[in-house]
Amino acid sequence: MCTYATVSEQVEGSAKGPGGQWFHVTDATVYYDHPAHAMAEHTLNIDLADPSRGPGARLAVELTRDSATRLVRAIEEALASAPEGM
Amino acid sequence: MSDSLSATTIFLTGADDAEVEAYLARPDGEHTRGGVVVIHHLPGYDRATKEMVRRFAELGYDAICPNLYSREAPGADPSDAAATARAQGGVPDARLVDDVGAAAAYLRALATSNGSVGVIGHCSGGRQAVLAACHLDLDAAVDCYGAFVTGEPPQGYPLKVTNLVDQLPDLRAPLLGLFGKEDKTPSPEHVKELDERLTELDKPHEFHSYDEAGHAFFATDRPSYRVAAANDGWERIASFFDTHLAGRDS
Repeated sequence: MCTYATVSEQVEGSAKGPGGQWFHVTDATVYYDHPAHAMAEHTLNIDLADPSRGPGARLAVELTRDSATRLVRAIEEALASAPEGM
Repeated sequence: MSDSLSATTIFLTGADDAEVEAYLARPDGEHTRGGVVVIHHLPGYDRATKEMVRRFAELGYDAICPNLYSREAPGADPSDAAATARAQGGVPDARLVDDVGAAAAYLRALATSNGSVGVIGHCSGGRQAVLAACHLDLDAAVDCYGAFVTGEPPQGYPLKVTNLVDQLPDLRAPLLGLFGKEDKTPSPEHVKELDERLTELDKPHEFHSYDEAGHAFFATDRPSYRVAAANDGWERIASFFDTHLAGRDS
């Protein structure tokens, strides 16, 4: 609410969530706002969820801006190292 | 005055007939007193908000906080409920007004009610407190750093939120505003604009902006907490409600 946009994306994969159980995820929500837990005023927040299974079917991370930027680079580097189609 | 109190969960009925969970805290004793509706912040109907509800009971008021995410995520963990509500675009303004109205009516129906009810909100709840006071019969409103009362949400903003500039002429309760000078949402410019518009409209209001404080300076569980600003803010809230919630027949 207090800062910037919420970006939503459809995703296909799995996450390990509540109770340590794996579950299928269909939706990603990304936003920069106040965290619920991290000790920072603002964080980059990512929710990976399956809304069809209810609000609790969610894997949430809250990362400082610097951490999130480095994570993006790490993801891009990992993807670049693997040829398309693999 | 005793500081004994009790707190519990109750259920309100929304204007759409939905069941709305709410947290209620009441001072012990049968004496009459005012009521306070607490609007939770965007992160939800959480422990920190319920602590505030109990604090208002300790201050001598019947206090209630409706769970604004009851419909999207009944019974969910507060952070999961907030994530679900955010992904769906947030709480519609009309529904917020209805839920605060139901909470105020619940307080006024208590045998201990003196008829006066105020509203307070922090962060998104600050804007919603002003919104409620533009549409409901309330006796006092407190806006703690609510964003987008004035100012424009960024283009493409996914939450269904607009500023309240066109609704301010309907504000029908005195407004206390508490802000941090280092905040960006609302910025000191947004606060100045609100102050000027309310003055122009001849709406009673009292604003305080604190040095070395930003957004969420009341939040004791976050790094944004600023003890000096929060302590002074609580004193001003107590004094403001003491003045305006003394009873309609007093």
